[in-house]
Amino acid sequence: MTQRILTFLRSTATVCALALASLAQAQLSIEITGAGANRMPVAIASFEGENALPRAVTDVVRADLERSGLFKMVELGPSPMGADAPPDFGRVRSRGADAFAVGTVAPSGSGRYQVQFRLFDAAKQVSLGSQAMVMAPNQYRTTGHRIADFIYEKLTGEPGVFSTRIAYVLKSGPRYELQIADADGSNAQTALASKEPIISPAWSPDGTRLAYVSFEAKKPVVYVHSLATGQRNVAANFKGSNSAPAWSPDGRRLAVVLTKDGQSQLYSVNADGSGVQRLASSSGIDTEPAWSTDGWIYFTSDRGGSPQIYRVPAGGGDAQRVSFEGGYNVSPRPSPDGKSLVYVSRNGGRFQVTMLDLGSRQTQILTDSAKDESPSFAPNGRMVLYATEVGGRGVLAAVSSDGRVKQRLSVQSGDVREPAWGPQPRN
Amino acid sequence: MKYIRVALSLITVGLLAACTSSPPTDGQSAVAVEDRSSGAASSGVDNSRVVPVDAGSADGKSAYPELKDPKSVLSKRSVLFDYDSYVIKDQYRSLVEAHAKFLTSHPNVKMLIQGNTDERGSREYNLALGQKRADAVKKALTLLGVSEGQLESVSLGEEKPSCGDASESCWSANRRGDMLYSGEF
Repeated sequence: MTQRILTFLRSTATVCALALASLAQAQLSIEITGAGANRMPVAIASFEGENALPRAVTDVVRADLERSGLFKMVELGPSPMGADAPPDFGRVRSRGADAFAVGTVAPSGSGRYQVQFRLFDAAKQVSLGSQAMVMAPNQYRTTGHRIADFIYEKLTGEPGVFSTRIAYVLKSGPRYELQIADADGSNAQTALASKEPIISPAWSPDGTRLAYVSFEAKKPVVYVHSLATGQRNVAANFKGSNSAPAWSPDGRRLAVVLTKDGQSQLYSVNADGSGVQRLASSSGIDTEPAWSTDGWIYFTSDRGGSPQIYRVPAGGGDAQRVSFEGGYNVSPRPSPDGKSLVYVSRNGGRFQVTMLDLGSRQTQILTDSAKDESPSFAPNGRMVLYATEVGGRGVLAAVSSDGRVKQRLSVQSGDVREPAWGPQPRN
Repeated sequence: MKYIRVALSLITVGLLAACTSSPPTDGQSAVAVEDRSSGAASSGVDNSRVVPVDAGSADGKSAYPELKDPKSVLSKRSVLFDYDSYVIKDQYRSLVEAHAKFLTSHPNVKMLIQGNTDERGSREYNLALGQKRADAVKKALTLLGVSEGQLESVSLGEEKPSCGDASESCWSANRRGDMLYSGEF
């Protein structure tokens, strides 16, 4: 049996070698292009025993925290600090760290490892908490993201988003791929490959399914796709165009845009395509619906002459206009707490991600780029992921809600577009 | 033995995924990490695994040679529109009339009208604008007597440009409605 496995692996590996080499360039790489003003100095000591893993867990933790733009990594040197040893507060303070983490990685049987870590406040010299996880050695990345989430939440009071995933469309030549990657761009996997365009991916609230528009039938059709099984069903394929899916907060219904009765208008359907209902009516275009957690459906409409953002109560009612500045405001996405709205506005020929505080009515342009599209909030509301163009190529970028922290995700060749930030994992 | 089989199937899935479509995963298996501190057990459903799917596509041939004959006006299928306009220009009147005549004399033939836009702005809003162009062609054909049941107007928005540069000449070529007959879509 072992011999058969080895033979199988060898032959498969040979067949795959070339394919893998060419696919390596499809991996997203992340670049930090702006950081917060006052970054907290934090040290992550190397964990005792982590050199037994394929790569150090703490490399992942440090990269995550650094990328958030809220922390400045302080070096403690190569010697590891274990989870149980009394910490050397003096040494950490002398390096200038306000908080630090120590940890131990130890075999726990059956080829698995226990990772135990503790976070300290260096000034008050108190423990801020500890956690232990058991993992296979190649899960160091997942474990690192979870440790970073723990530290982020203890230090900022908000949940981290390092364990979340993003969806996006990669176009390389004539090929379109709907891909899923970790929030840091690593671990990209293809959910759907097609010769025809794919747009508007939308995560189900539980993170198990994506709704999207595929043109594989020479027209836009809305599908719902279960990522773990690859099973998909048509959610909307009425006569005419079917597009712009958006999940209801309970994950049971989708707002969609249909042209079955004339111009592009808002409807809702069950995720299996049954139970179609009209959501709003206008004499113009209504599109790009987005459900808020506080009972509104935001959307783009040109009923007033130019494309602007409106909202209707999810349970039915009159539409209210939301955007008033400028002649082109599209692609609205409410923040997870419903207090602000991000959208794309045209400013002197530039399309830019803009934040609107729904309480104070203040707007802020968050980017200095010119071809921004498809903004979506991180589940903690701290960052906005969007598509833009750099040097004629489509890339993804993320910006913090205050416009300070900036990241860019790109591939070596090909266009990346249509990003959607997934929800917190529910494992 | 059971473990070997499970491992083999996981490896197979991984390798096949890498072969067909997905990039290498940095040795990262997608199995959920157990969290001992919270006492959470693995549910058995692997929610971070992604199974690749190939969409395929429909490409067919038309049964009517005159639709492909370069000498026939019926081989011409595109109606171009002005910027921010959804009105069919006079220069396309004879083209639309020829297609209306063909459709009324072949009531079993169906037509898919695809509206397109240039690349500027939101993809979904452009999809809605492309629909207005397709609808304009559809309306012109029905006014010339074509049965509504023979026609479907859809939009490709900015997704299928016939010309890929960011220039006005290119953008104008992309502001169009295309007429496809049964077998071509």
